[in-house]
Amino acid sequence: MNFSLKVWRQANAKAAGEFKTYKVNDITEDTSFLEMLDILNEDLIKKNEEPITFDHDCREGICGTCSLYINGRPHGPKNLVTTCQLFMRSFKDGETITIEPFRAKPFPVLKDLMVDRSAFDRIIQAGGFISVSTGSAPDGNSIPIHKDVVEEAMDAAQCIGCGACVAACKNASAMLFVSAKVSHLGLLPQGKVERLERVLNMVAQMDEEGFGSCTNTYACEAECPKGISVTNIARLNREFLAATFS
Amino acid sequence: MVLDAKIPSGPIESKWTNHKFGLKLVAPSNRRKYSVIIVGTGLAGASAAASLGELGYNVKVFCFQDSARRAHSVAAQGGINAAKNYRNDGDSIFRLFYDTVKGGDFRAREANVYRLAELSVNIIDQCVAQGVPFAREYGGYLDNRSFGGAQVSRTFYARGQTGQQLLLGAYSALARQIGSKQVEYYPRTEMLDLVMVNGKARGIVARNLVTGKIESHSADAVVLATGGYGNVFYLSTNAKGSNTTAIWRAHKKGALFGNPCFVQIHPTCIPVKGEYQSKLTLMSESLRNDGRVWVPKAKGDKRHPGQIPENERDYYLERVYPSFGNLVPRDVASRAAKKVCDEGRGVGSSGQAVYLDFADSIKRLGKDKIKERYGNLFDMYHEITDENPYEVPMRIFPAVHYTMGGLWVDYNLMSNLPGLFVLGEANFSDHGANRLGASALMQGLADGYFVIPSTIGGYLAGESFEKLDTSHEAFKTAENEVKERISKLLAINGKETVDYYHRMLGKIMWDNVGMGRNEPGLKEAISKIRALRDEFWQNVKVLGEGEEVNQSLEKAGRVADFLELAELMAQDALHRRESCGGHFREESQTPENEALRDDENFAYVAAWEYQGEGKEEVLHKEPLTFEYVKLTQRSYK
Repeated sequence: MNFSLKVWRQANAKAAGEFKTYKVNDITEDTSFLEMLDILNEDLIKKNEEPITFDHDCREGICGTCSLYINGRPHGPKNLVTTCQLFMRSFKDGETITIEPFRAKPFPVLKDLMVDRSAFDRIIQAGGFISVSTGSAPDGNSIPIHKDVVEEAMDAAQCIGCGACVAACKNASAMLFVSAKVSHLGLLPQGKVERLERVLNMVAQMDEEGFGSCTNTYACEAECPKGISVTNIARLNREFLAATFS
Repeated sequence: MVLDAKIPSGPIESKWTNHKFGLKLVAPSNRRKYSVIIVGTGLAGASAAASLGELGYNVKVFCFQDSARRAHSVAAQGGINAAKNYRNDGDSIFRLFYDTVKGGDFRAREANVYRLAELSVNIIDQCVAQGVPFAREYGGYLDNRSFGGAQVSRTFYARGQTGQQLLLGAYSALARQIGSKQVEYYPRTEMLDLVMVNGKARGIVARNLVTGKIESHSADAVVLATGGYGNVFYLSTNAKGSNTTAIWRAHKKGALFGNPCFVQIHPTCIPVKGEYQSKLTLMSESLRNDGRVWVPKAKGDKRHPGQIPENERDYYLERVYPSFGNLVPRDVASRAAKKVCDEGRGVGSSGQAVYLDFADSIKRLGKDKIKERYGNLFDMYHEITDENPYEVPMRIFPAVHYTMGGLWVDYNLMSNLPGLFVLGEANFSDHGANRLGASALMQGLADGYFVIPSTIGGYLAGESFEKLDTSHEAFKTAENEVKERISKLLAINGKETVDYYHRMLGKIMWDNVGMGRNEPGLKEAISKIRALRDEFWQNVKVLGEGEEVNQSLEKAGRVADFLELAELMAQDALHRRESCGGHFREESQTPENEALRDDENFAYVAAWEYQGEGKEEVLHKEPLTFEYVKLTQRSYK
């Protein structure tokens, strides 16, 4: 398969960026999207052109490092997969593919397609945890938890922190990310104890980082590679109200 | 040099308790006077950083990833072992200890393994308290599944994402410490050298991967939790960034490297396809609970699997190992797969694959139950191969997954360099020559949550530390060496890319230092690696500058280190003229082609000492004695 790639190139955070067009040829349909970029980069290096910088690590869809805004969608055209799990068979031979970084003010571009998502870390540091120090835990079976509750918590806990929800949102809202953590911990009996402080601290940090407000477009859910549901946002709002008026 | 493992005396059940009582303590109010550097934020590093922060030490934690939550522990799928015996099926701490020593083919230290089994129960409690959503039964109690090499059900899990959930637990505990300013956090920062001052590990030199600046950090102790070196094979189940640099640089500063040739080749991975494949994807061992492994009985049978009738299939694991069946340990399952493929009975277009078939389980339990247990794995398989595993059996083949070898450590997890501690996959300690499934998560968390908080206190309280900052000449020398190396890599401006050399190295390693090893092959590997290394330093092309984001430069430094480590792995494999666990020397096998150990000559840990550029490393031996688990030929029949 042959493709024409329109790729965002930007030397560093301060430089102005621009699209550049590259051709890649003879790509097999089993090649992953990132492997296609690897092949292009090898080509560029041999031609003394700087390779394209992009974040990636596990290449099995779980670490949340890879990003990319492909043809106007975070993680590309397929639902429920990350960019690293996207294969070229999902594109048409001869297609022009546009590749941009995740764009949001709280995610500044560092170089080319690489962005800084440390705002997510700081939101977790503000309250995305259960305050239990090592050594003070009771037996794991001492608190029975209904299977359905654990499954619901797990659905939220699957978030990989990639930031697709923010990139997809016209307001660059981080509500899906924050609500997934608030739900995961707040649903479990262990996490209920500090659920009110948690939601207040996390939302305050989210606002401080400059993420936008949620206007219920559900674009975040549509683009989430892990299928995190917007019902978590509803739960976040309830918890936030409860915390505000308590 | 005499290797003192500092194994406590007394009966094995009380060694750890007595040892902890004997260790000196640092009083709570004094802990803030000490600083500790931790490199790596996987299960071992994040849990250590969180726990030491909670105790009140000043901690600096580093990772090359953009966030601590992305360390490759996140990708572990199947589960974590613990000797809780919640199933009432005869499990105990002693049985987990026994299974692990036997599973490791008698090449691990009994005392370390016993401690690991003992701590396993505390880990589950800790993780539940942090909010890890382990699978539950309808009554609300914790569920278990079975894993290879065990006849009890002791594996706790969170769907097929156990590593992710455990790591997020440790990451959240770490985040809490960072938020309260007890821990300083340095993501996108890569350690490039260890700094020794007056014989003690006192700091590191690191590169900020965003600015490219070289920075030094000093402390009273350094903890490496930087994972394994499976990427020396280029294709592996490791993340692309996983590397040996931190432990290799420490090795070059004098830390001994233990059993470098012990590599785990995992039996159930998605087979290789095409030349530009960049990594291999694991299909969790837990699948072998419900999947049956088979190949056609006849050679070269190219029929669609659905057209091969039952009596023309060879369920070879069930046939050869009736008592463990599909749940034999990984090394045994991998070798068996290689054997049937070598016989010409492999499937798929390359003939380098076997079937993992769920048809019987789907018939017995229903598709929904299988989906509940393994849904995400089935989806991942479908995505990668474009085949639906609910309808067609999976095709799988062994792939490099984990390295049991690593820096040599004593019972306190301290290397032979005072003040340098090594945790998790980065050390050599607990898995011998083969790791059992669901034990890596256990070891990482045992080391980080429960071992290091006690043992590092013992070290710090027992030593006096001169005041020191990064203006000390040792830091300046190390910084200059690091800068020179970077300039050298950038100056070569040859013709081939870093990835090209990495792929070449991977091929040598897979062909000659992989699943089957022999003397001529290993000797050939050594000379090929040397030649490739020379060529790399003459002909690699790294564009860009040092002081900017430069991913090629990052890779070049890592591959340069792999090119050195690879030779030591081959050397170690050559010297160990026995088969044990994942190390299969073709010259040493039983009549049934099983690994044949030579306890008389090789019941020791091989710990290698670096001697300088181009010089052969010196071998030190730590003899292994087995008082509680009798040395026997391992059998899973």
